[in-house]
Amino acid sequence: MSKLIPMPTNNLLTERDVDKPPILEARHLGIDFGGLTAVDDFNIAIGRTEIAGLIGPNGAGKTTVFNLLTKVYHPTRGTILLDAKDTAGMNTIQINHAGIARTFQNIRLFKNLTVLENVLIGLHNSMSCSLSESILRLPRYWKQEKEAKERALELLSIFQMQDLAKYEAGALPYGAQRRLEIVRALGTNPKLLLLDEPAAGMNPSETAGLMENIRKIRDSFHIAIMLIEHDMNLVMGICEGIAVLNYGKIIAKGTPEEIQANPAVIEAYLGKKKEG
Amino acid sequence: MLLLSQIINGLQLGSIYALVALGYSMVYGIIMLLNFAHGDIIMVGGYVAMLTIAAGVHPLLAVVLAVLACVLLGVVIDKVAYAPLRSSPRISLLITAIGVSFLLENLAQNIWGANARPFPNSAIIKGATLNIGGVHIGTTAIATIVVSILSMVVLTFLVQKTKRGKAMRAVSEDMGTAQLMGINVNSTITFTFAVGSALAGIGSILYCCTYPQVSPTMGSMLGLKAFVAAVLGGIGSIPGAMVGGFAIGMAEVLVRAVGLSDWTDGVVFAILIVVLLFRPTGLMGRPMTEKV
Amino acid sequence: MRQRFEIPMPVRYLVNGVLIVLLFLLGQFMISAGILSSYFQKILLQVGVYIIAAVSLNMATGYLGQLPLGHAGFMAVGGYTAGIFLKNFPIKGLPAFILAIILAGIVAGIFGILIGIPALRLKGDYLAIITLGFGEIIRVILLNIDTVLGFKFTGGAAGLMGIPKYTSFPAVYICVVITCLFIHTMMKSRHGRAILAIRENEIAAESCGVNTTYYKTMAFTASAFFAGVAGALFASYLGLLVPGDFGFMKSIEILVMVVLGGMGSMLGSVLAAAVLTIVPFALQSISQTVADYRMVIYSVLLIVVMIFKPSGLLGTYDFSLTRIIEGLINRAGIHDGVARKGEQSK
Repeated sequence: MSKLIPMPTNNLLTERDVDKPPILEARHLGIDFGGLTAVDDFNIAIGRTEIAGLIGPNGAGKTTVFNLLTKVYHPTRGTILLDAKDTAGMNTIQINHAGIARTFQNIRLFKNLTVLENVLIGLHNSMSCSLSESILRLPRYWKQEKEAKERALELLSIFQMQDLAKYEAGALPYGAQRRLEIVRALGTNPKLLLLDEPAAGMNPSETAGLMENIRKIRDSFHIAIMLIEHDMNLVMGICEGIAVLNYGKIIAKGTPEEIQANPAVIEAYLGKKKEG
Repeated sequence: MLLLSQIINGLQLGSIYALVALGYSMVYGIIMLLNFAHGDIIMVGGYVAMLTIAAGVHPLLAVVLAVLACVLLGVVIDKVAYAPLRSSPRISLLITAIGVSFLLENLAQNIWGANARPFPNSAIIKGATLNIGGVHIGTTAIATIVVSILSMVVLTFLVQKTKRGKAMRAVSEDMGTAQLMGINVNSTITFTFAVGSALAGIGSILYCCTYPQVSPTMGSMLGLKAFVAAVLGGIGSIPGAMVGGFAIGMAEVLVRAVGLSDWTDGVVFAILIVVLLFRPTGLMGRPMTEKV
Repeated sequence: MRQRFEIPMPVRYLVNGVLIVLLFLLGQFMISAGILSSYFQKILLQVGVYIIAAVSLNMATGYLGQLPLGHAGFMAVGGYTAGIFLKNFPIKGLPAFILAIILAGIVAGIFGILIGIPALRLKGDYLAIITLGFGEIIRVILLNIDTVLGFKFTGGAAGLMGIPKYTSFPAVYICVVITCLFIHTMMKSRHGRAILAIRENEIAAESCGVNTTYYKTMAFTASAFFAGVAGALFASYLGLLVPGDFGFMKSIEILVMVVLGGMGSMLGSVLAAAVLTIVPFALQSISQTVADYRMVIYSVLLIVVMIFKPSGLLGTYDFSLTRIIEGLINRAGIHDGVARKGEQSK
């Protein structure tokens, strides 16, 4: 497999990102599960501060794409370039260190730990005190614990969740759990944030608030965000570029307007599901 | 010729392990539980056979009674100790199983005493040897191998061809879906425990005829090794349990044959560890993946 | 929102430090004043050894969320290391004892790494089986190594005899305190949180950039290290080690302590270890028949607790004297329902 060979991609980067290299580029990405091709020839480029959407009918392979990008599954084919660096051979942990953080469709919080502890685990790698410093409780331990706690509360305040810090994460309402996952992911200081159905189970007013917050996160952290979502109001409302996946293949790419007008998309997705 | 008789020994021991391993494997396949108490069911079977024969019951009837006692015990254990924990974390279920195993061993120790007692094997199988081409083969060995293979054939037929067997396979594939398809999950689980325990009962008699004594802790090492056999073959897989059982039996006999009988237990576990490291779900097990 | 009263850190340390010293003095006083007979002193030493064993297993079971079934194997490694060292080291007395304890911990810890690296690649049940296997292998090796190598190291089935008896109340007490403090402070740091994250959700921990392999091995090794320390104390307490002492059953006995106390609760492990060590002696003094049924009662207890309270008697509750004082002060003065409710739910 040839790597790092410049090739023309027909991805539309948003105007403000167009003269910078994309934060993420996937080329001919694909995976087979025991002879079954789940994702094939997946090509995408995401701008430095773009909000991108990945949509498609159920079972189209959207979450599989996220799992490939974060190396939960190892791709059978293709290349993933993160910030122009090849991620071949990296595992999930190294991908996170390299700058991708994610949330999960089926929420994966540390349920029996407090909200604060959840975010502190997100901040794990931004702290550096060694085991012996921690056990002997040397000054650096106190300093870092204090700073991390302040940082965690600051991150929680994006969603006005700082008052919930001492509650158990598993006891939070569904929507708050989804928001906490985003906060925890932000704690790892990502360059690209992957959100897997962030609005699932939220009511319309919560969803509207979430849209506002996703934009706010992009603007204040200057990061790229890619999201999988079935709520077409959200996708069409905040995404600048959208890719449509069907049977593991991209069938359309473009701006929200182009996607809405694309006959292939309407046939594969919008027409069937009568959404948007 | 020596080699041939060692192979026969290996097959004899292996077929017992395979029978016991099947019980572990079937229960694991259906409720994902390592039934630590399985080995102790064997012990109870041994005692029942011994005591009923001592009480003057006809040996064949005693064997039937022992197998029935094992079946009853297996089903009761499931109903009382495991069923309330169906939706609990796996670790709780595992610890409960360890608790049941402990309970049976210590109860037996309190009721029947800690010392080993002789088992009247000659009442069940007449201890003659057959001379086949200059090789002396015990009738016990032949009976053990034949009975085991017959039991496995019956089990395979049961699982593959009958409605019950189909239900068992469906439940082990996906309990929720099986329930939606109208399969009575609870009775299927009970049936699995019953079949597994019946095999343990048969294994128990064969084991006691081979090593003619019973003791409260006889089930724990036998159980552990059969369990190693089940894991080795790929727990949850019926052919795997058979392959694993014969492999462990053979390995053990070979280690003894080269004069390292003190090391057999160590070697058995070492084989297990090596296999698990290279094939984390055993020789014939299906890979486990977590849906993300 | 009004500020909750919190005891400042130095005062917390002072309170806990005073408490630890007081308990020690109480024990010493009762021994030297003859209130505790030598019989009770022996029980007390055993309690200490089992507390270390249970608290260290709790690290792997309660905090890391794995189920190792070979903890007694690590105790055996530590015990034999200390025993052989004490018998052969030219210098006798306290320095040798301290060295033996540390050495026992280190050797057990090395075994922990060696066993942990392959074992921790497996999950759940398979990890339980493979550690069980390792425990049994250690036992078989201790039993037979002498005849193979022609040495007189382990004493084979007869046991390792004539180990100098140095284990005393102060030694056990200090080891218990160090073990508990080490594990407590570790769990309250980013390292401890990483270990808890693996227990809660391994995939999420990885996606947060937590090096799961590293932290699993770390927790497993720390667990083995302190099991080794417990083994060393045990060896020098008995003066005689037999491989059979460290079989599968011993591992289960320690597991029972951890589970009954509540997986993830250090106080639970300490209390359960103490109670389950004392109860057999107490039963024996009441009636032999009851004592004979001790293991039966244990197993029934284990099953009943799992069915009715799977999280153990104390759940994950952990005791903190200063937090109780804070609670009392806050209840008396300041009302801040939200914060306190959060505190209690943890």
